[in-house]
Amino acid sequence: MAAPTMDRPTSAAPAAVQTLTIAKALNNGLRASMEANPKVIVMGEDVGKLGGVFRITDGLQKDFGEQRVLDTPLAESGIIGTAVGLAIRGYRPVCEIQFDGFIFPGFDQIVSQVAKLHFRTQGRLKVPMVIRVPFGGGIGAVEHHSESPESYFAHTAGLKVVACSNPADAYWMIQQAIDCDDPVLFFEPKRRYYEKGEVDTTAAPGPLFASRTLRTGTDVTLVTYGPMVRTSLDAAAAAEEEGRSLEVIDLRTLSPLDLAPVYESVRRTGRLVVVTEAPSESSISSEIAAKVQQECFYSLQAPVLRVTGFDTPYPPSKLEEEFLPDLDRVLHAVDRSLAW
Amino acid sequence: MSSPEKWTHPGPDAAPATAAKPTAEQVIAGLRATDEGGADLVQLLTPEGERVQHPDFDIDITGEELRGLYRDMVLVRRVDREANALQRKGELGIWVPLLGQEAAQIGAGRALRPQDMAFPSYREHGIAWTRGVKPTELLGIFRGTDNGTWDPVEHRFHPYTIVIGNQVLNAAGYAMGQKFDGKVGDADGEATICFFGDGATSQGDVHEGFVWAAVYDAPLVFFCQNNQWAISEPTERQSRLPLYQRARGYGFPGIRVDGNDVLATLAVTRWALEECRQGNGPILIEAFTYRMDAHTTSDDPSRYRLSDELELWKLKDPIERVKVHLVKQQWADQAFFESVEAEAEQIAIELRDYCVNLPDPPAGRIFSEVYAEGNPVLEAQRDEFLAYHAGFAGGEH
Repeated sequence: MAAPTMDRPTSAAPAAVQTLTIAKALNNGLRASMEANPKVIVMGEDVGKLGGVFRITDGLQKDFGEQRVLDTPLAESGIIGTAVGLAIRGYRPVCEIQFDGFIFPGFDQIVSQVAKLHFRTQGRLKVPMVIRVPFGGGIGAVEHHSESPESYFAHTAGLKVVACSNPADAYWMIQQAIDCDDPVLFFEPKRRYYEKGEVDTTAAPGPLFASRTLRTGTDVTLVTYGPMVRTSLDAAAAAEEEGRSLEVIDLRTLSPLDLAPVYESVRRTGRLVVVTEAPSESSISSEIAAKVQQECFYSLQAPVLRVTGFDTPYPPSKLEEEFLPDLDRVLHAVDRSLAW
Repeated sequence: MSSPEKWTHPGPDAAPATAAKPTAEQVIAGLRATDEGGADLVQLLTPEGERVQHPDFDIDITGEELRGLYRDMVLVRRVDREANALQRKGELGIWVPLLGQEAAQIGAGRALRPQDMAFPSYREHGIAWTRGVKPTELLGIFRGTDNGTWDPVEHRFHPYTIVIGNQVLNAAGYAMGQKFDGKVGDADGEATICFFGDGATSQGDVHEGFVWAAVYDAPLVFFCQNNQWAISEPTERQSRLPLYQRARGYGFPGIRVDGNDVLATLAVTRWALEECRQGNGPILIEAFTYRMDAHTTSDDPSRYRLSDELELWKLKDPIERVKVHLVKQQWADQAFFESVEAEAEQIAIELRDYCVNLPDPPAGRIFSEVYAEGNPVLEAQRDEFLAYHAGFAGGEH
């Protein structure tokens, strides 16, 4: 399995390079933000004593106290709505939504208040808050625990939406999201929480709202984010054994989209496959397809293809492997693109 | 596993397990007792202008203070009537009348101290007045030129919130912040007040706001203006229980005040805010009042309520009782009343002039301040739109 090639200097590794899981990297990132800024507070269900159901906030309440790590009542609209009030009071709340499918009680506050307050007040009020959402399937969970709702939020003006895919990004992106003066929806690939990678804690690998080419290639471009980054990198490694060279781009930011590297890539490869767990209709993958045909019309050798979750409710877990894009489905789309 | 116990419906003759369900008449008597608002109603000035005592809430008021409250109410009523008329002339797209709720709003608003924060719904023109927001600054929302131009930080008056109940959670969070900042716990502490209506009490956000404020001991006064109608739905469509009694279920005090009595509202709200700044919040106040006009200028109350109800409430007018009392006490003479009327007329003229001359915003405003830190995708869209716009003869705007 090929390791991701980060496009940052790989020279002498400083002492601060650690091997961490995504979960631990998020935890360390949150800790770093809380140490740097006393206004950063963490709030959500079970985030205190328990450290969150995925232990992302493990130990934070013990070290920062109950006033900075709040075990909230069990109501998502309450978590988001009170975070708005705290944010305009000068705090930087980091809200945890326990599972993707539980964000909807907070949807009203997110789209009506979080997203619009800055515009409504013509910039007089800022709402610098982060909403962390473990998202996606593959963990054998019951319903409402495996969803990919990111397109709803990318569709909403006033929000910024990002997704991390590896420990280094987890560590840095969470801190950058907390520093951002705009509200940020922060999607975490829950089935990849325990995958390890190197984290250089001395310098951020780049800005938050930028996509990144993880693997260069010449035949087909794969664009993806979150949990499908690993799947796409694996597909690229497998394709290499068959003599096919796939370029893999991790979007990282879903709103605003940073598609310049995608356009540049597609102009070279002429072929694009977009890979997401989220269903395809009216989605981030639709948006990418639309923009790429607009910007790369004369470069395309094949239509933009998509490998996505189906336009169904997320299925019972015994069927989720059929629902989720995997290496074979990605390679099948690559074959179709090349055969066009 | 043993089979579950068979459950049988108790049937119509079975004795109820808990307190008997109230009859419809009992519900309505508690919710909408149109004469007194129920036995628990706090009142200090009767509709006839008589000063009455209350064992728990009283207030020492000077003639000057009462003249000030009278002036406030007359001026905001005049603003309200003028804006209503401006809508009828087509100068505003819609207006949300406050007619009848002047005492509830002036009483509550004048109880606030400068360090306190207020979260309005969208009918709080009287609260806006007490927070130093110019009446002209309310117009843009209803003319469609902006979403409110006042500075919420300077005035400590949050933007109007249109989605019913959203602001209650925002207020709860803000009040939590006041507590986290160490601004609660003495006589000069900070407090927050949040305004919402009887209809909003059915919203999940209001319930959650009650829960949050209670478990975090937030310095928050929930100020419910029960104006009896949520557009066409009476309070009995929202609750079996008088609204102020709901507070008990959340573990904090609930008080029903005569919302047409500016003195009682001032006294109760001042007390509640003091309790909150000392750290004894939250508190729910139900201001029992009446929406004398339509829900908005787009509404037609004749389709759902009888005019005799309106006639009954006219007798409890919030301004008239103060005028009577001022005269009885010889705290005001005819010259005073005339000067207030003249001032009201001047404000109305200014409001009218401002409104009809309010320019449409530039087209590019659509794109401004959507994000605090910008967004290159949106900026590209804006530039494309502005270039398109500039292509017309005469250029942009």
